[in-house]
Amino acid sequence: MSDVTVIGAGVAGLFAALELSRRGLAVRLIDRGGGPGAHGCSWWAGGMLAPDCEGATAEPQVARLGATAAAAWAPITPVTRRGTLVLAMPRDRAELARFARRTSRHREIVPAELEPELSHHRTGLFFEAEAHLDPRRALSDLVRALAARGVTVETAEADPADIPGPVIDARGLAAGLPDLRPVRGEMAVLHAPGIRLSRPVRLLHPRHPLYLVPRDEGLFMLGATQLESASRAPVSARAALELLSAAYALDPRFAEAAIVELGADLRPAFPDNIPRILVRGRVLHLNGLFRHGYLLAPALARQAADHILTRTRGELVHED
Amino acid sequence: MRDFYGVTLPSALMLGTARYPSPAVLEAAFRSSGAAVATVSLRREQGQGGAFWDMIRELGVRVLPNTAGCHSAREAITTAQMARDLFDTPWIKLEVIGHADTLQPDPFGLLEAAEALAADGFEVFPYTTEDQVLAQRLLDAGCKVLMPWGAPIGSGLGLNNRYGLRMLRAAFPDVPMVIDAGLGLPSQAAEAMEMGFDAVLLNTAVAEAGDPAAMARAFALAVEAGAAARAADPMEPREMASPSTPLIGKGWL
Repeated sequence: MSDVTVIGAGVAGLFAALELSRRGLAVRLIDRGGGPGAHGCSWWAGGMLAPDCEGATAEPQVARLGATAAAAWAPITPVTRRGTLVLAMPRDRAELARFARRTSRHREIVPAELEPELSHHRTGLFFEAEAHLDPRRALSDLVRALAARGVTVETAEADPADIPGPVIDARGLAAGLPDLRPVRGEMAVLHAPGIRLSRPVRLLHPRHPLYLVPRDEGLFMLGATQLESASRAPVSARAALELLSAAYALDPRFAEAAIVELGADLRPAFPDNIPRILVRGRVLHLNGLFRHGYLLAPALARQAADHILTRTRGELVHED
Repeated sequence: MRDFYGVTLPSALMLGTARYPSPAVLEAAFRSSGAAVATVSLRREQGQGGAFWDMIRELGVRVLPNTAGCHSAREAITTAQMARDLFDTPWIKLEVIGHADTLQPDPFGLLEAAEALAADGFEVFPYTTEDQVLAQRLLDAGCKVLMPWGAPIGSGLGLNNRYGLRMLRAAFPDVPMVIDAGLGLPSQAAEAMEMGFDAVLLNTAVAEAGDPAAMARAFALAVEAGAAARAADPMEPREMASPSTPLIGKGWL
């Protein structure tokens, strides 16, 4: 007999399930695909734990709640704490100044001091406190951590209304909540074993901002577009051109990279782009993580568990 | 104020809806500024921007769909037809981009699309340059509003060719005109209104400001100031100093 049922094995559902299990509840976990995978948008994420950089456009809450993300992830999955490097092409230097003005905890550096292979870039910003992880590895590590606690993923298409007891609905867009909208994102994975970068690099560009996250074995994740669209069509030629051109501008050697993957999916977001815990009777909706799934899932899970166990009303909790 | 296809707007400020940090911030910018028109792009959403478009409709302002990102007349016409169905309005801001780097309009494609759309019952707002010949051709094609650029889209350079814009304004004194694109600061918007333009349309200057709602409000105030100054018949600049207090009769000390 379980104390709480979690529906959805994306980053929000898995982290919440683990948090609740750690706090002593018997957790039942259900996912339509039987576990994390390409059917959920967590699969397509970059895995940057970059609260300071996100502060350039996100509400201050995002930076504050995300500040402890790296520490929360570290016991679960490998977290690389090497900061974030932010660059701009020479003619977009003004973008760098503006980004610096709107963010904190950074310093100006010569990129080659950190990444010797980026010697053709003259200046950059270094966000030393930031970190990154491999999202797919993190998802499977969450599943493993849950399995070690006796929680396994059941494969089913579940509706919270049909499940007795407290339910955490972490199904993302499938939950069909009012005010929740899809924001399309497109990404690419490149294999470029000759290129060595040890930390995420963001390229500021007036039209095509880009980030590049190094993964193991010479892989690089390139992301991501942001379109107010519900289209689940494959990556458009335009998006691919933009992403690949920006990568090429960052380091021309990416022209020789193998395109391992092109992916598109939809991020669930509320109008303020901040995640919410919506309390609807015995159902808690954890949703709207937008582009901050890995950054904010720990805080979201913590506040959801606090609400279930002690009725604490955390800042992400919205009660009707 | 001149009207736009029979519609008198409560504000001379028109705002784009792209690049805001979130829809909530976008809404705050509209609320704080009282902007009367929201432009919406359809091109990149692959026809599936439903949830976002609903939010735009709920702003309660007039929607001006645009054909941003279209590089040919054919593409722009198709996008305009889709926009008419989606937003139930004959208004269309016609953009036919001719150059990828400067995003300047392709005058030939623009004219071709404007002719076709006007014949099809659209009320066309063509995004154009300050070129008077093209302006006349667009009016001949059935456009009753012109949208000359201030500077390239997103550049924030302001009114790049004041001479050309003044000549355009003077050449067609009765045609409603909106300065569209390139504005970066409220002072530039005020100047456009002082020059006799009827409205300004901008996006990036507000959306990418550190505080978009405050910047939108600043633009609204500037537009109001510029229009009031124009209506108040400003003095002409002159070379010779003219003291506001007479000097004759002042005693020597």
